[in-house]
Amino acid sequence: MASARQMGSGAAVKTTAWLTACYLMLPLLVIAPISLTPERYLSLPTGQLSSVHYESLITDHRWLSSIGDSLYVAVWATCLAVVTGVSFTLGAWRLSVPIARHLRVLMLAPMIVPPIVHAVAFYRAGAATGLIDTFTGLILVHAMKGLPFVVLSITATLATLPTNLDQAARSLGATPLQSLRWAILPQMMPGILSGAAFAFITSWDEIVVALFITSRHVFTLPRRIWDGLSDNIDPAIAALGTIFVLITIVVAIAREFRRPSKPSTP
Amino acid sequence: MTALTAGTHHRFESKPLLGGNRLYWVLLLVPAALMAALYMVPVANVLALSFTTPTLGLSNYVEMASNPAVLRVVITTLRICFVTTAVSLAIGYVVAYALVTSSNRQRRVLLIAIVASFWVSALIRAFAWVAILQPHGLLNDGLMAIGLIHRPLELVRNEIGVIIGMVHYMLPYAILPLFASMQGIDVKLMPAARTLGASRLFAFWHVFFPLSVPGLFGAGLLVLIFSLGFYVTPTILGGGKTMMIAEFISVQISETLRWGLAAALSSTLLAAVLVLTVILMRFVDVGRSIKH
Repeated sequence: MASARQMGSGAAVKTTAWLTACYLMLPLLVIAPISLTPERYLSLPTGQLSSVHYESLITDHRWLSSIGDSLYVAVWATCLAVVTGVSFTLGAWRLSVPIARHLRVLMLAPMIVPPIVHAVAFYRAGAATGLIDTFTGLILVHAMKGLPFVVLSITATLATLPTNLDQAARSLGATPLQSLRWAILPQMMPGILSGAAFAFITSWDEIVVALFITSRHVFTLPRRIWDGLSDNIDPAIAALGTIFVLITIVVAIAREFRRPSKPSTP
Repeated sequence: MTALTAGTHHRFESKPLLGGNRLYWVLLLVPAALMAALYMVPVANVLALSFTTPTLGLSNYVEMASNPAVLRVVITTLRICFVTTAVSLAIGYVVAYALVTSSNRQRRVLLIAIVASFWVSALIRAFAWVAILQPHGLLNDGLMAIGLIHRPLELVRNEIGVIIGMVHYMLPYAILPLFASMQGIDVKLMPAARTLGASRLFAFWHVFFPLSVPGLFGAGLLVLIFSLGFYVTPTILGGGKTMMIAEFISVQISETLRWGLAAALSSTLLAAVLVLTVILMRFVDVGRSIKH
């Protein structure tokens, strides 16, 4: 502890850090009071608070149907990304051949390619294949966008697993599939779960591709919010945002406290 | 060399596992083929389009280089990206330094704020910034109520608004990799330098800072890569007045229907991002640093 203090940061560093934390939290926190305004436009409540915008989320069929669309797309895209990602990482781990490393770069591409570039690409491809404004089209694209996160999470989990685990299981009499099911897959579970969470959120928040390849039949939540932003800004977005922010903060706190804290001095 | 070949040979020859391995080859190659077909082919098609639409040749790239509107958008994009990267790095460095040097409890609270903002969607955050920054938004109304200003400040639909929103989005991408790289620096070096008579500033500048430079480059490249092609935040906070390249591409497609030019711009943007990524991969493990 003493050496940490000696290395320590001055008051200026501390102040900057806390001011930055306030700046980061500011937009997350202001939407809560906005969501409670009784007015139909963006404003802080002056007199009484109102839950009218929360009610409109449940009663307005447009919000409900968009929540349904988003859930449907995100669940299927996550399943597809997880199955594909598990398959790829298993193969790469077990074979550990140089080509697997090169293919891994290919699998990570959707994370680096700017969304506008692949949105343009999918718009063309969708028009050519008739997948514009279909659930299938959006699910396939979202699955590809979520796949890099699944691959990364599972690769990290498998990195600590000895490659001869399979041989060990097989020498004890397991068939290849039994070894996969009972020896290897359970070890991959933490990576699969965190990858799935990332893939789900990637799809749930995705807007740029949705703007290009969906129009009326498929109308996800981000798409609805985007439309709500471009004309008269609807305070119902603040209500929705407040719910998201609350969930996020709870998860962030839970995560931070589950992680063992690292001592300041090694 | 001989040993290597012999080794490989041996592995393939004495293979009671061949059947099992074939399964793993299928497991590896089917997803890769899927990614190639569903992702790479459409993206490559955009590249091809830039050379074939409306006519075969380099006409789109010639137009891109000579069109003053494109030039304006490119300059705006570069200016905003460099300012965003510089500001994010400067603030991010200080915050990361505070993270490695503060107590466990303080670090936890700071990390919760950083990670929570990181996870909230760009759309919701842009919405909140509009509510804060617009002419009769929370900030302007607040400042006018306490009499600091008499006319609303123009904070959205211009570069200021875009930069405020973009720095907010990019800060976690700067802080988290910087924090990770600073954690790898031996903290005992600083007190060691101080016992040898170095002042705090001298110890920081000559001992700690040089060790953190690779992390700084990595974080800077990461922020630059994500900034260059950023669409959501600049479009909402720029309000059609300040236009960056991603929004310009979308306008070419949805309004002026100039596919060739849009494809050429997309290909150029992609090439720039790929070059930066190759450089980035020398500094950090890309995937690890953005996943936290």
